[in-house]
Amino acid sequence: MSLDTPTTGCLHTPVLRERGQREVFCGLTGIIWLHRKMQDAFFLVVGSRTCAHLLQSAAGVMIFAEPRFGTAILEEKDLAGLADAHTELEREVERLLSRRPDIRQLFLVGSCPSEVIKLDLSRTAERLNARHGGAVRVYNYSGSGIETTFTQGEDACLAAMVPSLEETAEANLLVVGALPDVVEDQCLSLLTQMGIKNVSFLPSRRAATAPKVGPNTRFILTQPFLADTAHAVERRGGERIVAPFPFGEEGTTDWLRAVAKAQGVMLETFEAVTAAPRARARKAVAAHAETLRDKTLFMFPDSQLEIPLARFLARECGMLPVEVGTPYLHRGLMEPELALLPQTVLSEGQDVDLQLDRHAALKPDLTVCGLGLANPLEAAGYATKWAIELVFTPVHFYEQAGDLAGLFSRPLRRRAMLAGGQA
Amino acid sequence: MKLTLWTYEGPPHVGAMRVATGMKDVHYVLHAPQGDTYADLLFTMIERRNHRPPVTFTTFQASDLGGDTANLFKRAAQGAYDRFKPQAMIVGASCTAELIQDDPGGLASTLGLPCPVVPLDLPSYSRKENFGADETFHALVRALAQPCERTREVSCNILGATALGFRHRDDVTEIATLLRSMGIAINVAAPLDASPEDLKRLPAAHFNVLLYPETGEGAARWLEKTHAQPWTKTTPIGAQATREFIAEVAALAGVSPQVDETNLRQPWWSASVDSTYLTNKRVFIFGDATHAMAAARVARDEIGFEVVGLGCYNREFARPMRACAKEYGLEALISDDYLDVEAAIIAAAPELILGTQMERHIAKRLGIACAVISAPVHVQDFPARYSPQMGFEGANVLFDTWIHPLVMGLEEHLLTMFREDFEFHDAAGPSHHGGKATPAPVQQILEPTANAATQMIEAAQALADALHWLPDAERELKKIPFFVRAKARRNTEKYAAEKGVTQISIETLYEAKAHYAR
Repeated sequence: MSLDTPTTGCLHTPVLRERGQREVFCGLTGIIWLHRKMQDAFFLVVGSRTCAHLLQSAAGVMIFAEPRFGTAILEEKDLAGLADAHTELEREVERLLSRRPDIRQLFLVGSCPSEVIKLDLSRTAERLNARHGGAVRVYNYSGSGIETTFTQGEDACLAAMVPSLEETAEANLLVVGALPDVVEDQCLSLLTQMGIKNVSFLPSRRAATAPKVGPNTRFILTQPFLADTAHAVERRGGERIVAPFPFGEEGTTDWLRAVAKAQGVMLETFEAVTAAPRARARKAVAAHAETLRDKTLFMFPDSQLEIPLARFLARECGMLPVEVGTPYLHRGLMEPELALLPQTVLSEGQDVDLQLDRHAALKPDLTVCGLGLANPLEAAGYATKWAIELVFTPVHFYEQAGDLAGLFSRPLRRRAMLAGGQA
Repeated sequence: MKLTLWTYEGPPHVGAMRVATGMKDVHYVLHAPQGDTYADLLFTMIERRNHRPPVTFTTFQASDLGGDTANLFKRAAQGAYDRFKPQAMIVGASCTAELIQDDPGGLASTLGLPCPVVPLDLPSYSRKENFGADETFHALVRALAQPCERTREVSCNILGATALGFRHRDDVTEIATLLRSMGIAINVAAPLDASPEDLKRLPAAHFNVLLYPETGEGAARWLEKTHAQPWTKTTPIGAQATREFIAEVAALAGVSPQVDETNLRQPWWSASVDSTYLTNKRVFIFGDATHAMAAARVARDEIGFEVVGLGCYNREFARPMRACAKEYGLEALISDDYLDVEAAIIAAAPELILGTQMERHIAKRLGIACAVISAPVHVQDFPARYSPQMGFEGANVLFDTWIHPLVMGLEEHLLTMFREDFEFHDAAGPSHHGGKATPAPVQQILEPTANAATQMIEAAQALADALHWLPDAERELKKIPFFVRAKARRNTEKYAAEKGVTQISIETLYEAKAHYAR
């Protein structure tokens, strides 16, 4: 498949909106990767035993060392008197900070119970910031399931950081979204080769290298779920560069081209820098596309990556999406993606039982879904790809395009192997 | 408010899910926000179940609060009945729903559903997973069990096994086979694999076999009180306990306690000379109370280990655990804070840890051998093969599983004799393991963690500060294999402190060795 494959796009496709049981994680789950990305940050969830249990269960294999996240578990007496709950929380934070003097950023993360009892974490954050006077910056955001779905937790976290970023009048490029370090390095290398200077990343690996923003900031998202963060940067004067997301060869090229254009990079430079990695990415994807071509694809809602990934799988791997579900469809950010995505059924939100009925009727060749559904669907005879791996694996930009395709082809190849066929 | 990094138990509604998911034809309607569905993956991924847990989550959002969460619950309950047509439903609230006080039980009763609906009242902010499972099973039994005639032939129920239980599947098979071989019929095994119809017939059994007090004692006590069914008090883990269990059951059933022991190999494996090196190996035991107490007995009386630490995370069983630990000359560690457990393990310097998934992490960090004996466990502890912990086959399994992590006897000797061989050295780990263990340096391990940990470490540090290891002695200590080095250091320092010696020389080291020789 190539860029000039005619498609009618999904810009005007009606969206099936559903409301019912959702088989998705809440926003707390983002802590699993965010606490690894920011090496001097600690995430303190203020919640219940359920929150703590979610974090260790969602981490799959529990991370062996002492993690840089924890849960301040609300107990009965905390529910009785809110004033005391605030005092208790401050005491726990002080204990934590004295035990972990390496911590420079502390995130107080709200949960369903803390939101319902209206525990005001911003007040606690303010008081702690005043007390620690710059040695530790304390932020707060909500990762509660009543407000956020899975990756929206990262959005809430990054959006909370934006107001306190240092102001700058200098022209700079801000790349927004938590990327694996190896991917971030590749991205920076491509941008540098094109002669783009003054590039910074949100979030940065350490507090000391936090990006600056101002009226001459241009920014671009690497993840499709960062709507609130984009608004927050815009409020600080930043201007968003509109592009599809950097998944696959096509997505990465369009993304880089948009940056190049915004930064006044010569077309020849852009071509020279991207030619070789583009060819590599195409070659790497082609190996997997053979397995994926003409296979039908059903995506349950999970991470908001569904639309860009369906676009990649359809246009570069030749798959046929039959339903693309997403927990939340943000048209403003998704427009370039929708224009590229071949006609399909789009659904937003979820009623899992009804969606399973549609799924059973369509009998797709490959199903992308969460961990709660994957084994039951496999047992019912479907090939599945569990979606959480898509946020736990380096999948962005050219050098990962083949790996990304591989995540989807592997379940099909494996089924064939176990059935005695060729790999 | 309590700061927690990892937890041994989930919230009580996860306990309720373990009961519902273990059973057939039950459906659980849980008033809960989006995100609480994470619990499904415990069953579909960790236990590799091939069906979704029979749980409907109402999935309320912030915009519903103050609005119509009650009707949302009613629609979800009605929808779940219409779709799944269960024989019985349980309804309840997760931690967040508990705060909005919608009364799922009351709401469900207004629907007039054509099946029994059992309301659960599980306090999320004071109780935990095991309580939730025990209470749910108890509530179902209370609601469903019908007075009925005892079966003509002698029969029993097997109580306590749930979904996500540690080896519950195989334990039930093993014990059911044992009981049948004694001429006792199995009336019902529950909750695992039982239906609400089965629970109705529970009172037909002559007595109950309680395998897991953590998740089945509430029901066993109620059945005793209401239906006059006595229940077994011995947990058949280990060869000796299994024999006791057989005697207890034989008395209850009025049958012969003679049981074929042909397949019980553990006592001979333990008595055979290759096992001599296991004598007095220091073992630290932690888990749920039932498994930990049983493991202590097997460790000391059947394998010949020395139990140097014993405890449990479930406070409900603190009293029997404390009494049990006393028999081993120990003070029980009752804590659900894994940092306390880690500190206690460091202080005890064991050669083997028998614990849960948490202790496996601790063991990995400390470079100590470890085997898992209790929930919580991870995916690798749900084996494809038959691997019970209970009964005679369970005793065989315990021997194999606990011995495997250790360096083999002859290998241990060779390591001691040729301490500085560059290829064959103790840091390379036991030779029958593929992976290479690199024990963390002691300083790193001693990083201050929690309060209790800090105190213990400070005490150890104060002791170490008062003592001074001479360079020669320090070098000699390094020649001792790593799996006993911590013990040697501790014994030497203790010996030096007792003798009022402040400078530790090679002589002190060997005097201490002679003093503590076994």
